Amino acid sequence: MKDNKWSDYLWIVEITYLVLGFFNILFAWLGMIFFVTPLLISSIKGNKSYCNKYCGRGQLFATLGKQLSRNKPLPKFMRTSYFRYGFLTFFMIMFLNMVFTTYLVFAGTSNLSEALTILWTFKLPWAFANTIDVVPWVAQYAFGFYSVMMTSTIIGMTTMVLFKPRGFCVYCPMGTMTQGICKLKNKGAL
Amino acid sequence: MFKSKKIAKIGDLCVACGVCVKECPLRAITIQTGIKAKVCLTTCVGCGKCSKACPASVIGICDREVLHER
Ligand code: SF4
Ligand code: SF4
Ligand code: SF4
Repeated sequence: MKDNKWSDYLWIVEITYLVLGFFNILFAWLGMIFFVTPLLISSIKGNKSYCNKYCGRGQLFATLGKQLSRNKPLPKFMRTSYFRYGFLTFFMIMFLNMVFTTYLVFAGTSNLSEALTILWTFKLPWAFANTIDVVPWVAQYAFGFYSVMMTSTIIGMTTMVLFKPRGFCVYCPMGTMTQGICKLKNKGAL
Repeated sequence: MFKSKKIAKIGDLCVACGVCVKECPLRAITIQTGIKAKVCLTTCVGCGKCSKACPASVIGICDREVLHER
Protein backbone atom coordinates (compact mmCIF):
# COMPACT_ATOMS: atom_id res chain seq x y z
CA MET A 1 0.00 0.00 0.00
CA LYS A 2 2.21 2.83 -1.21
CA ASP A 3 0.07 5.81 -2.17
CA ASN A 4 1.61 8.48 0.05
CA LYS A 5 -0.56 11.25 1.46
CA TRP A 6 0.27 14.40 3.41
CA SER A 7 -0.56 12.56 6.60
CA ASP A 8 2.27 10.10 5.97
CA TYR A 9 4.78 12.85 6.67
CA LEU A 10 3.65 13.83 10.15
CA TRP A 11 6.80 12.22 11.58
CA ILE A 12 8.53 15.41 10.41
CA VAL A 13 6.25 17.41 12.72
CA GLU A 14 7.24 15.15 15.61
CA ILE A 15 10.96 15.65 14.97
CA THR A 16 10.44 19.41 14.57
CA TYR A 17 8.64 19.52 17.91
CA LEU A 18 11.43 17.72 19.72
CA VAL A 19 14.07 19.96 18.10
CA LEU A 20 12.18 23.20 18.89
CA GLY A 21 12.53 22.42 22.60
CA PHE A 22 16.27 22.91 22.18
CA PHE A 23 15.69 26.48 21.00
CA ASN A 24 13.07 27.53 23.48
CA ILE A 25 11.43 25.34 26.07
CA LEU A 26 8.17 27.25 25.71
CA PHE A 27 7.57 25.45 22.39
CA ALA A 28 6.81 22.45 24.60
CA TRP A 29 3.30 23.88 24.99
CA LEU A 30 2.64 23.00 21.34
CA GLY A 31 2.76 19.37 22.43
CA MET A 32 -0.67 19.82 23.96
CA ILE A 33 -1.91 19.35 20.38
CA PHE A 34 -0.60 15.76 20.48
CA PHE A 35 -2.55 15.24 23.68
CA VAL A 36 -5.83 16.88 22.90
CA THR A 37 -6.26 15.85 19.24
CA PRO A 38 -6.34 12.04 19.77
CA LEU A 39 -8.76 12.43 22.68
CA LEU A 40 -11.02 14.71 20.63
CA ILE A 41 -10.98 12.40 17.60
CA SER A 42 -11.85 9.31 19.62
CA SER A 43 -14.50 11.16 21.66
CA ILE A 44 -16.19 12.75 18.66
CA LYS A 45 -15.70 10.21 15.89
CA GLY A 46 -15.37 7.08 18.00
CA ASN A 47 -12.32 5.74 16.18
CA LYS A 48 -8.54 5.59 16.48
CA SER A 49 -7.74 7.41 13.26
CA TYR A 50 -5.17 9.47 15.17
CA CYS A 51 -3.12 6.32 15.84
CA ASN A 52 -3.96 4.83 12.47
CA LYS A 53 -3.14 7.88 10.33
CA TYR A 54 -2.00 11.04 12.07
CA CYS A 55 0.38 10.16 14.90
CA GLY A 56 3.81 11.51 14.01
CA ARG A 57 5.39 9.60 16.85
CA GLY A 58 4.07 6.24 15.62
CA GLN A 59 5.26 7.12 12.12
CA LEU A 60 8.68 8.09 13.42
CA PHE A 61 9.05 4.74 15.19
CA ALA A 62 7.86 2.91 12.06
CA THR A 63 10.27 4.83 9.82
CA LEU A 64 13.34 4.48 12.03
CA GLY A 65 12.39 0.92 12.89
CA LYS A 66 12.80 -0.19 9.28
CA GLN A 67 16.56 0.13 9.77
CA LEU A 68 17.08 -0.01 13.51
CA SER A 69 14.61 -2.52 14.93
CA ARG A 70 15.51 -6.09 15.85
CA ASN A 71 11.92 -6.97 14.94
CA LYS A 72 11.42 -9.33 17.86
CA PRO A 73 8.12 -9.83 19.67
CA LEU A 74 7.59 -7.84 22.84
CA PRO A 75 7.93 -9.88 26.04
CA LYS A 76 4.61 -11.46 26.88
CA PHE A 77 3.99 -9.45 30.05
CA MET A 78 4.25 -6.20 28.07
CA ARG A 79 1.38 -7.32 25.88
CA THR A 80 -1.07 -7.93 28.70
CA SER A 81 -3.94 -5.64 29.66
CA TYR A 82 -2.45 -5.38 33.16
CA PHE A 83 0.71 -3.84 31.78
CA ARG A 84 -1.16 -1.46 29.46
CA TYR A 85 -3.52 -0.18 32.12
CA GLY A 86 -0.79 -0.26 34.76
CA PHE A 87 1.45 1.90 32.59
CA LEU A 88 -1.45 4.26 31.86
CA THR A 89 -2.11 4.62 35.58
CA PHE A 90 1.55 5.26 36.36
CA PHE A 91 1.73 7.75 33.51
CA MET A 92 -1.35 9.63 34.71
CA ILE A 93 -0.04 9.81 38.30
CA MET A 94 3.24 11.25 37.04
CA PHE A 95 1.32 13.65 34.81
CA LEU A 96 -0.82 14.90 37.70
CA ASN A 97 2.33 15.22 39.79
CA MET A 98 3.75 17.45 37.06
CA VAL A 99 0.58 19.56 37.04
CA PHE A 100 0.80 19.85 40.83
CA THR A 101 4.43 21.01 40.60
CA THR A 102 3.24 23.66 38.16
CA TYR A 103 0.53 24.67 40.62
CA LEU A 104 3.09 25.07 43.42
CA VAL A 105 5.09 27.43 41.22
CA PHE A 106 1.88 29.27 40.31
CA ALA A 107 0.95 29.62 44.00
CA GLY A 108 4.45 30.85 44.81
CA THR A 109 5.22 27.89 47.11
CA SER A 110 8.09 26.62 44.93
CA ASN A 111 10.56 28.28 42.62
CA LEU A 112 10.87 27.55 38.92
CA SER A 113 13.17 24.60 38.29
CA GLU A 114 14.90 25.00 34.92
CA ALA A 115 15.57 21.34 34.35
CA LEU A 116 14.08 18.39 32.50
CA THR A 117 13.17 15.27 34.42
CA ILE A 118 13.97 12.32 32.20
CA LEU A 119 12.42 8.90 32.90
CA TRP A 120 10.78 10.49 35.94
CA THR A 121 14.11 10.33 37.78
CA PHE A 122 17.06 12.07 36.18
CA LYS A 123 17.27 15.84 36.40
CA LEU A 124 18.82 17.37 33.32
CA PRO A 125 19.69 21.08 33.55
CA TRP A 126 18.36 22.74 30.39
CA ALA A 127 20.37 25.58 28.91
CA PHE A 128 17.82 26.29 26.17
CA ALA A 129 15.33 27.94 28.44
CA ASN A 130 14.59 31.55 27.34
CA THR A 131 11.89 31.87 29.94
CA ILE A 132 12.55 35.48 30.90
CA ASP A 133 9.42 36.86 29.29
CA VAL A 134 6.84 34.57 30.85
CA VAL A 135 5.37 33.99 34.27
CA PRO A 136 7.19 31.15 36.06
CA TRP A 137 4.32 28.61 36.07
CA VAL A 138 4.02 28.78 32.28
CA ALA A 139 7.71 27.90 32.04
CA GLN A 140 7.41 25.22 34.72
CA TYR A 141 4.63 23.48 32.81
CA ALA A 142 6.72 23.66 29.63
CA PHE A 143 9.62 21.91 31.40
CA GLY A 144 7.26 19.29 32.82
CA PHE A 145 5.50 18.65 29.54
CA TYR A 146 8.70 18.48 27.52
CA SER A 147 10.06 16.03 30.09
CA VAL A 148 7.02 13.81 29.54
CA MET A 149 7.44 13.99 25.76
CA MET A 150 11.19 13.26 25.93
CA THR A 151 10.67 10.41 28.37
CA SER A 152 8.03 8.71 26.24
CA THR A 153 10.20 9.22 23.15
CA ILE A 154 13.14 7.52 24.87
CA ILE A 155 10.97 4.62 26.03
CA GLY A 156 9.39 4.33 22.58
CA MET A 157 12.78 4.40 20.82
CA THR A 158 14.14 1.72 23.15
CA THR A 159 11.10 -0.46 22.47
CA MET A 160 11.51 0.21 18.74
CA VAL A 161 15.15 -0.95 18.75
CA LEU A 162 14.75 -3.94 21.07
CA PHE A 163 11.43 -5.22 19.79
CA LYS A 164 9.09 -4.22 16.95
CA PRO A 165 9.18 -0.72 15.37
CA ARG A 166 5.84 0.35 16.81
CA GLY A 167 6.08 -1.77 19.95
CA PHE A 168 5.46 1.35 22.03
CA CYS A 169 1.94 1.53 20.56
CA VAL A 170 1.07 -1.62 22.51
CA TYR A 171 1.28 0.22 25.84
CA CYS A 172 1.30 3.89 24.79
CA PRO A 173 -0.93 5.74 27.28
CA MET A 174 -2.56 7.81 24.53
CA GLY A 175 -3.34 4.67 22.53
CA THR A 176 -4.77 2.94 25.59
CA MET A 177 -6.89 5.99 26.44
CA THR A 178 -8.23 6.45 22.91
CA GLN A 179 -9.06 2.75 22.61
CA GLY A 180 -10.82 2.96 26.00
CA ILE A 181 -12.87 5.93 24.80
CA CYS A 182 -13.78 4.02 21.62
CA LYS A 183 -14.86 1.04 23.72
CA LEU A 184 -17.13 3.26 25.80
CA LYS A 185 -18.49 5.09 22.80
CA ASN A 186 -19.08 2.05 20.62
CA LYS A 187 -20.37 -0.30 23.28
CA GLY A 188 -21.80 -3.37 21.65
CA ALA A 189 -20.72 -2.29 18.17
CA LEU A 190 -18.20 -5.10 17.65
CA MET B 1 -13.91 -21.10 -3.74
CA PHE B 2 -11.29 -19.10 -1.86
CA LYS B 3 -7.81 -18.70 -3.32
CA SER B 4 -6.10 -19.79 -0.14
CA LYS B 5 -6.62 -22.25 2.65
CA LYS B 6 -5.15 -19.93 5.24
CA ILE B 7 -6.55 -16.78 6.77
CA ALA B 8 -5.51 -14.20 9.37
CA LYS B 9 -7.33 -14.15 12.69
CA ILE B 10 -7.08 -11.21 15.11
CA GLY B 11 -6.85 -11.92 18.83
CA ASP B 12 -8.68 -10.05 21.57
CA LEU B 13 -5.60 -8.18 22.80
CA CYS B 14 -5.49 -6.12 19.58
CA VAL B 15 -4.72 -2.48 20.42
CA ALA B 16 -6.12 -1.08 17.14
CA CYS B 17 -2.79 0.55 16.29
CA GLY B 18 -3.23 0.14 12.53
CA VAL B 19 0.15 -1.43 11.73
CA CYS B 20 -1.52 -4.43 10.06
CA VAL B 21 -3.77 -2.17 7.96
CA LYS B 22 -0.70 -0.50 6.45
CA GLU B 23 1.12 -3.81 6.06
CA CYS B 24 -1.49 -5.85 4.18
CA PRO B 25 -0.78 -5.78 0.44
CA LEU B 26 -4.42 -6.61 -0.32
CA ARG B 27 -5.97 -4.06 2.03
CA ALA B 28 -7.86 -6.85 3.70
CA ILE B 29 -7.78 -5.32 7.18
CA THR B 30 -9.85 -2.42 8.49
CA ILE B 31 -10.34 -0.79 11.88
CA GLN B 32 -13.76 0.80 12.07
CA THR B 33 -14.50 1.52 15.69
CA GLY B 34 -11.03 1.92 17.20
CA ILE B 35 -11.37 -1.24 19.23
CA LYS B 36 -10.10 -4.11 17.13
CA ALA B 37 -8.87 -4.78 13.61
CA LYS B 38 -11.08 -6.83 11.32
CA VAL B 39 -10.02 -9.13 8.49
CA CYS B 40 -12.07 -9.33 5.29
CA LEU B 41 -12.72 -13.05 4.90
CA THR B 42 -12.93 -12.93 1.13
CA THR B 43 -9.87 -10.76 0.47
CA CYS B 44 -7.30 -12.22 2.87
CA VAL B 45 -5.03 -14.88 1.40
CA GLY B 46 -3.29 -15.78 4.66
CA CYS B 47 0.15 -14.55 3.55
CA GLY B 48 1.13 -13.72 7.14
CA LYS B 49 2.65 -10.27 6.51
CA CYS B 50 0.32 -8.64 9.02
CA SER B 51 1.08 -11.30 11.59
CA LYS B 52 4.83 -10.66 11.40
CA ALA B 53 4.37 -6.90 11.73
CA CYS B 54 1.78 -6.78 14.52
CA PRO B 55 3.51 -5.19 17.54
CA ALA B 56 1.09 -6.88 19.94
CA SER B 57 1.64 -10.29 18.29
CA VAL B 58 -2.08 -10.99 18.24
CA ILE B 59 -2.54 -12.12 14.63
CA GLY B 60 -2.54 -15.83 14.02
CA ILE B 61 -2.66 -17.51 10.61
CA CYS B 62 -5.09 -20.39 10.75
CA ASP B 63 -6.92 -22.74 8.41
CA ARG B 64 -10.03 -21.28 6.84
CA GLU B 65 -11.91 -24.46 7.61
CA VAL B 66 -11.06 -24.24 11.29
CA LEU B 67 -12.24 -20.64 11.36
CA HIS B 68 -15.51 -21.46 9.61
CA GLU B 69 -16.20 -24.38 11.90
CA ARG B 70 -16.12 -22.10 14.94
S1 SF4 C 1 -0.41 4.27 20.26
FE1 SF4 C 1 0.59 6.19 20.87
S2 SF4 C 1 2.49 6.31 19.69
FE2 SF4 C 1 1.23 4.71 18.79
S3 SF4 C 1 0.15 5.73 17.14
FE3 SF4 C 1 -1.20 5.85 18.92
S4 SF4 C 1 -0.72 7.77 19.98
FE4 SF4 C 1 0.92 7.34 18.51
S1 SF4 D 1 -1.21 -4.64 14.13
FE1 SF4 D 1 -1.99 -6.05 15.68
S2 SF4 D 1 -2.52 -4.79 17.45
FE2 SF4 D 1 -2.28 -3.41 15.70
S3 SF4 D 1 -4.35 -3.20 14.85
FE3 SF4 D 1 -3.39 -4.87 13.75
S4 SF4 D 1 -3.97 -6.72 14.90
FE4 SF4 D 1 -4.38 -4.99 16.21
S1 SF4 E 1 -2.58 -12.59 6.01
FE1 SF4 E 1 -1.81 -11.33 4.29
S2 SF4 E 1 -3.64 -10.98 3.04
FE2 SF4 E 1 -4.39 -11.67 5.04
S3 SF4 E 1 -4.76 -9.80 6.17
FE3 SF4 E 1 -2.66 -10.45 6.67
S4 SF4 E 1 -1.35 -9.37 5.23
FE4 SF4 E 1 -3.46 -9.24 4.44
